[in-house]
Amino acid sequence: MFDYTVRRLLIAVPTLIVISLVIFLVLSLAPNDPMAQVPLTVPPEVKEKMREALGLGQPLYVQFWKWLVQFFWIEPQVLIDHYFGTNYSEDKLRVISWQTRAPVMDTVVQRLPQTLWVVGMSYVVAIAISIPIGIYSAYKQYSIFDQAGTFITMVGYSIPPFFTGPLVIVIFAVYLDWFPSTYDTLHEVNSWDSFIIQLKQMFLPVMVLAIQGTAQISRYMRSAILDNLNQDYVRTARAKGLSESIVILVHVLRNSMIPVITVIALNLPLIFGGAIITEQVFKVNGIGQQLILAIYANDLPTIQTLTFIFAFLIVFMNLVADVLYALLDPRIRYE
Amino acid sequence: MSEKRNNQESLFSPGSSYWGDVWLQFKKHKGALLGAIIFFGIVISVMLGPLLWPFEPNAIDIRSRNQGPSLLHPFGTDQLGRDTFSRMIAGGRTSITVGLAAMFLALILGTLIGVIAGYFKKLDGILMRFTDLFLSLPLLPLLLLMMFLFREPLSVSYGPEKGMFILIVFAIGVTSWMPTARIVRGDVLALKQREFVMAARSIGTPDQKIILRHILPNILSPILVSATLGIANAIITESALSFLGLGFPPDFPTWGRLLNDAVDYLQLHPERVMWPGLAISLTVLSINFLGDGLRDALDPRIRGR
Repeated sequence: MFDYTVRRLLIAVPTLIVISLVIFLVLSLAPNDPMAQVPLTVPPEVKEKMREALGLGQPLYVQFWKWLVQFFWIEPQVLIDHYFGTNYSEDKLRVISWQTRAPVMDTVVQRLPQTLWVVGMSYVVAIAISIPIGIYSAYKQYSIFDQAGTFITMVGYSIPPFFTGPLVIVIFAVYLDWFPSTYDTLHEVNSWDSFIIQLKQMFLPVMVLAIQGTAQISRYMRSAILDNLNQDYVRTARAKGLSESIVILVHVLRNSMIPVITVIALNLPLIFGGAIITEQVFKVNGIGQQLILAIYANDLPTIQTLTFIFAFLIVFMNLVADVLYALLDPRIRYE
Repeated sequence: MSEKRNNQESLFSPGSSYWGDVWLQFKKHKGALLGAIIFFGIVISVMLGPLLWPFEPNAIDIRSRNQGPSLLHPFGTDQLGRDTFSRMIAGGRTSITVGLAAMFLALILGTLIGVIAGYFKKLDGILMRFTDLFLSLPLLPLLLLMMFLFREPLSVSYGPEKGMFILIVFAIGVTSWMPTARIVRGDVLALKQREFVMAARSIGTPDQKIILRHILPNILSPILVSATLGIANAIITESALSFLGLGFPPDFPTWGRLLNDAVDYLQLHPERVMWPGLAISLTVLSINFLGDGLRDALDPRIRGR
């Protein structure tokens, strides 16, 4: 198990480096001049100096190397300093945003928890809803419940988050007035009442993402369970007198989770895309919104760092899925 | 029982052809049939709509602004008095054209990479790593990045609308070929072991001819299915980009853009988000049903039953 995890980790590292190279190359291939926003009254010599300060005069591989060092070597030191009060990172150059003139990671650290909370909660909700739906509609295949479920998941799969977002705002915030339509970013949780308010303002963004997730996961859950229900081991389990609930919930479910976990991992880019849109619709101050703001402000270091963080989250979650896979299916560990 | 016999008869009746059988099976899937009718209905109405509808999508009539649905303007008017129905037609035209064009590009790329990876063993490892890499890229951030970086230079050289069209189609095409490539590779790997391909090779047919004559016709059905799903994906992606304000220029209507404009008036005129939102959802839903039915109809194991 340990060997397997280490091997997966060793594959993830080069993947991440290639992805960061791709992002870097896309940014550097761009015909845009990052200095275009600088006023024309600034003399050319000064402009040249600014260019140098941004590291723009150097060859591409030097720029890329510098970014790698800043992101993978200096930023972790900052983190260590922050937690243990040491000063490894003093006087070292960090990735600086052109927009706020502050280190990019400082803003990211403030904003990342919101994104992770919304995405994580929506996954929890989606899995909690779609597992029972998937089990029941596979168990009673072609029943009315199954057919209605198939239709509803198809609808949920087809409605994009940028429509469900405004739709739930119209229904739950404008007409029913149950939940706030935007996320109050200054809200602090310090008592039971404020916790309820926090839950309420999380509800709509989580719901939008969870609709998307539920539709995908329950479809795969259903077909995975259908595949497993006719297997010999199910007949054996029934023949030795296990109760139906143990057969389904222990034996079949565990085996059906394997393809479902793959699907969850493969759909992550889609869910993070949905999170960017959801954050924009509900004005959640997550890293998706930060990315949009940075794009509008022409802030290349922030764009580069944030795109990489999205890639990192996706690769990391894929790694988690791979490990879960091995936990569920011992055969995979020894391949 | 009688239905089963009918099907059997139709399978072996003298006039039955491959596509005839596919059509018979497709007809039995009611959702797919309805999806096909709705999708082609939408396509025909957005293509012919501008010829029949009297209002121009960008004609401003400030006196009749912010109207609700009426006989003259069935979907109402927007804050500048432009007729929403004509803007919906114009938007649908763009969205569907982008969807079709991006799907073709993704299909060509995916089929090419899938066939090469499946047929030539030496390239398989590299190409599949490449596909996996693309699958773990954060696609929406990268698309936004491409829009942001290449928008201006392309609008300068091709004009704002045409430049944006080329950019969006290219960007969606190069980021959505991976599922097709994977499916095609799997099918090519299986086909390569079949006797007719071995026979063709044993009489010295060059690889290029084997691929064109024996492999490609046999992988047509997975390609068709992923084509339908590709249109749906491309329409959603284009709308997402326009929704985030990084798609077509503001005065150029697409469904995503109209949705984005309507969100600003969400509190005052909540019905306005419905038209573009419903149009996108209905189109995508009908395409998904169409793809589902097509998958069943093209699968010989299901068709025989």
